[in-house]
Amino acid sequence: MMEKSLKLIITFPSTTQAIAFEKACLANKLPGRLIPLPREIDSGCGMAWCALPQDRKELEQIAQSEGIKISGVYQLFF
Amino acid sequence: MIYLDNAATTLHKPAQVIDAVVEAMNTLGNSDRGVNSRSLKASRTLYEARAKIADLFGCLRADHVIFTQNSTEALNIAINGTILSGDHVISTDLEHNSVLRPLYRLETEKNVELSFVSADSKGNLSLESFEKLIKSNTKAIICNHASNLTGNIVNLSKISRIARRHGLIFIVDASQTAGCIPLNMKEIGGDIICFTGHKGLMGPQGTGGLCIREGIDIKPLKVGGTGVKSYSSMQPQDYPTRLEAGTLNSHGIAGLSAAIDFIQSIGINFISEKETKLMNNFYEGVKDIKGVKIYGDFSLDQRVAIVALNINDYDSSAVSDILSQKYNISTRPGAHCAPRMHKALGTESRGAVRFSFSWFNTYEDVDRAVQAVREIAL
Repeated sequence: MMEKSLKLIITFPSTTQAIAFEKACLANKLPGRLIPLPREIDSGCGMAWCALPQDRKELEQIAQSEGIKISGVYQLFF
Repeated sequence: MIYLDNAATTLHKPAQVIDAVVEAMNTLGNSDRGVNSRSLKASRTLYEARAKIADLFGCLRADHVIFTQNSTEALNIAINGTILSGDHVISTDLEHNSVLRPLYRLETEKNVELSFVSADSKGNLSLESFEKLIKSNTKAIICNHASNLTGNIVNLSKISRIARRHGLIFIVDASQTAGCIPLNMKEIGGDIICFTGHKGLMGPQGTGGLCIREGIDIKPLKVGGTGVKSYSSMQPQDYPTRLEAGTLNSHGIAGLSAAIDFIQSIGINFISEKETKLMNNFYEGVKDIKGVKIYGDFSLDQRVAIVALNINDYDSSAVSDILSQKYNISTRPGAHCAPRMHKALGTESRGAVRFSFSWFNTYEDVDRAVQAVREIAL
């Protein structure tokens, strides 16, 4: 059985932006990883950043400071 | 063998490029298709390449670097994606068929009007002519950064100022200059820069792309699989996905990425300096040989490393063949896919023999080529 827990999911307008976000997070030692886009958000494939809900503020801040566009921020069980 | 056909493709690639391609073929999955470790590695490889290209060409956004197979595909995307039925386009005699044929097709099929700025007998453009050709329906100026026949470089900044003043899209064909001389789209004011990876950038064939200024809208030439938004009937609108339907050449792009590292490690100005010196040595060695006629303007401050010439009344194909068969020197005869440039120079029927130099050529290569020309001209 797959265990799920509440996660913060950040989506991007393109996978290029998602990879740019991963690079920024790694450089700044911020939490999370890239995951396949959950079907609750969009069933049409793609990738998203998955972290914990409490990480939201610093992740949004790094996106803004690096000029990376975010499409949406969600909380769901993944 | 002495390879002097680097304007067609650079034969000698840095070892790092070949290693990177092999490494990529052993390790990369399909970029943007899922998030498994190999797919992610491919996506990261492409991102790094985009970021390096954006940095190299002064493109402000890495996601506005689009990968294509070559300059021809990039130019087809730029031209067909911005020019609409009834528009007027200004281009020049310096253009390669990768610009001319897409334009001629639009003229035939979509009633697009074309005007061309003429080249003079030295292959230079009258920059004042651009403004005189502008009409109420002019949409774009499309211009070569350097002629693939003469090596003459065009002052893009002056043309871009004209384009900006009249609200025109400025598309640059950087096929002969990318990797050979500094090119910054922000400094020159270009809207779309089209480049190939396998010439001056010293990357693999099958790589190239466009750098697009933010705000420039290009309709996709092809649509299809992108790995994202699969249930949408329309192509995703965000760059680069918008213009990159289908699996990309990640293996080749990994090589291109390594090639850019190589160029940056040496310094593009240093590369330009050496290639220019090779060209000048050759030019100085052949210019006074009786029967040798050289095309292009060698008084320009900056050129790409090309010398096109003819010997006596010989057919350029015959001269190139002797250079290959007797002297083991590779050159390019004929029309060089540049029909308007040859017409402007009066070499339409016999073509010209093009010698083009790269970072990997030596001064001994040049000396042997000069000697071969001297002997053929006797």
